[in-house]
Amino acid sequence: MSEEKTIVDDINRSVYDVIDKEDNATRLEEGLNEDIIRRISEEKDDPDWMREFRLNCLKIYKELKVPQWGPGIDGLDMDHISTYVRPNTRMQTSWDDVPEDIKNTFERLGIPQAERASLAGVGAQYDSELVYHNVMKEVEEQGVVYTDFESALKGEYSDMVREHFMKLLVPTDHKFNALHGAVWSGGSFVYVPKGVKVSIPLQSYFRLNAKGAGQFEHTLIIVDEGADLHFIEGCSAPKYNVANLHSGCVELFVSKNARLRYSTIENWSKNMYNLNSKRAIVEENARMEWVSGSFGSHTSYLYPSTILKGDNSTMEYTGITFAGEGQNLDTGMKVMHVGKNTSSVVNTKSIAKSGGVSTTRTSVQVMPGAKGAKSVVSCESLMVDNISRSDTIPVMDIRTDDADIGHEASIGSIPDDAVFYLMSRGMTEEDARALIVSGFADNVSRELPMEYAAEMNNLIRLEMKGSIG
Amino acid sequence: MSQEILKVEKLHVKVQDKEILKGLDLEIGEGETHVIMGPNGAGKSTLGNTLMGKSEYEVTSGSVTFFGENLLEMATDERARKGLFMSFQNPIEVPGVRLSEFIRNSCEALGNRMSLWNFKKAAAEQMKVLNMDPGYLDRELNVGFSGGEKKKAEILQLLMMKPKLAILDETDSGLDVDAVRTVSEGVKAYQEQVGGSLLIITHSTRILDALNVDRVHVIADGHVVAEGDRFLVDEINESGFEKYLKA
Repeated sequence: MSEEKTIVDDINRSVYDVIDKEDNATRLEEGLNEDIIRRISEEKDDPDWMREFRLNCLKIYKELKVPQWGPGIDGLDMDHISTYVRPNTRMQTSWDDVPEDIKNTFERLGIPQAERASLAGVGAQYDSELVYHNVMKEVEEQGVVYTDFESALKGEYSDMVREHFMKLLVPTDHKFNALHGAVWSGGSFVYVPKGVKVSIPLQSYFRLNAKGAGQFEHTLIIVDEGADLHFIEGCSAPKYNVANLHSGCVELFVSKNARLRYSTIENWSKNMYNLNSKRAIVEENARMEWVSGSFGSHTSYLYPSTILKGDNSTMEYTGITFAGEGQNLDTGMKVMHVGKNTSSVVNTKSIAKSGGVSTTRTSVQVMPGAKGAKSVVSCESLMVDNISRSDTIPVMDIRTDDADIGHEASIGSIPDDAVFYLMSRGMTEEDARALIVSGFADNVSRELPMEYAAEMNNLIRLEMKGSIG
Repeated sequence: MSQEILKVEKLHVKVQDKEILKGLDLEIGEGETHVIMGPNGAGKSTLGNTLMGKSEYEVTSGSVTFFGENLLEMATDERARKGLFMSFQNPIEVPGVRLSEFIRNSCEALGNRMSLWNFKKAAAEQMKVLNMDPGYLDRELNVGFSGGEKKKAEILQLLMMKPKLAILDETDSGLDVDAVRTVSEGVKAYQEQVGGSLLIITHSTRILDALNVDRVHVIADGHVVAEGDRFLVDEINESGFEKYLKA
């Protein structure tokens, strides 16, 4: 494959900012109450258990308090968020059947092109529901199930879905899990049968177009014994002057000897509150890999967590966060070592610029039975100027003597010498600084498929533009 | 003398309030190779860094023209685009930026946009001259490079970027005999392929053995104290700088 190929070439922010005219089939009024929950449930034709589940979640939501330890979310008023906006189409399996403006939006984002070039299956969600879902025939024939969540809830795998839905991310964990449980819609269900290795990635893309709305998709992935999957999610939205909310849930089950890689490039617009939850449980000798790029949103709370339950299970987390002007991004990861001889390797990078705030929280917990656990955490921060802020907050809770745990953190700025060196080769100061920052992010882009690495580098370049003076 | 491309007149430069260059004069013609020698602290590297436009080097008086234009008014990247290059004494490590990416971006900034294929082909050819494995292109810029590898990478840039005037700031310092020979081969290739001018700053002379040298300038205490042809190099090799220090 040529290194020059990029799906999203010479990107500019305007690609993300195009606002489609809202032509919804359904838009529930703003706010949150029992009536609204019942209407979402009705719209979606939920099974009874799901309706009851939603109503119970609403009760829990009302009881729980807003977290006080992170960035303020006072600008988010649930009374002004519409929790359900159904686009004016049903889910299609051919792009030709997707309404023109929605299709154009995904074209601009490069999704159909990426599907043709390098993906085994694609789901595209627009506001609250999927508008497109398709899987390569060969992959389907391997027995891989990749479908929208509503179908999964009613079809052949309904028992499996019910058995796993919000069992890892339980509604009582925190207020926004409960909110998600009450109003969720859209998202994907993936099941990879025993021993099946999906050689090219599946991707879901989430686009929130509706102003003042929330997106609450649910992603549930079960990778059965000895199976292998790479799943990619991407997200974006145009910018509005009112708050939008994203509160998705991702639950990942990695069975014995299986491997799952979950990659995210998140580029929400800067009016978005991104209060997202992701958790994986990893069985014996299995492996979980996270690759996470956080660029967008006004405020983020994002800490993908992993439970290394089985003996010899492993986890690797590679993440980058780029907080620019007006952004407060609180990101990181959590890992809990339960099984024996489990290991985790964590590399986070964070970049703060133009007054942006980036906080990296890591939590490593080693349970008493997790003999022989190993964990290495490295957090690096780059301050592009002196008006931004970057914090690293590590937590370690080690309950066995037999564990090998390491943590490193560093913070730096762009060295003047390096800028001079690059400029002495003809690069402008802006290009020199952008290249140095891309280099800082290199270990993350190397983990991404080529097209996404190119997109990420373009995003960095875009963010670095106009950073001089 | 062939057409003059660089002219330095009565250059005074301060670094952190200390005057280092005190009225230095220098003229370099097209295709000429000049050598600057002198004891530690004489101001050799200050000259290189000043010509390249490093911000800590403050020109207090004097002038520098490059192809007749005022070099001192140009930003560093502009100087590079006019055809000036410097091989750094201590090449900077830039983590995560591949050598290939760095050179290709630089060439593009200098107006030579190459397809990846053509770039790799051209680089592989020049790397042969320098006895470098093409695998170096995928390594992070100078990160974990030995002293010799860093200098070879600098000369590779010289050969790829083809400047009109290249300043080699102590490119031979700290290298073993073999590495100096290789680097010297690379510089010779630049002379032959590009025909550009050279300003070689050194305090050893092995790098000069295989090269044509047009002019040697000895500087001490911030100005030129002696000038001559390449025989001056031999003389300094024999008797050192002592007599110039007393002068």
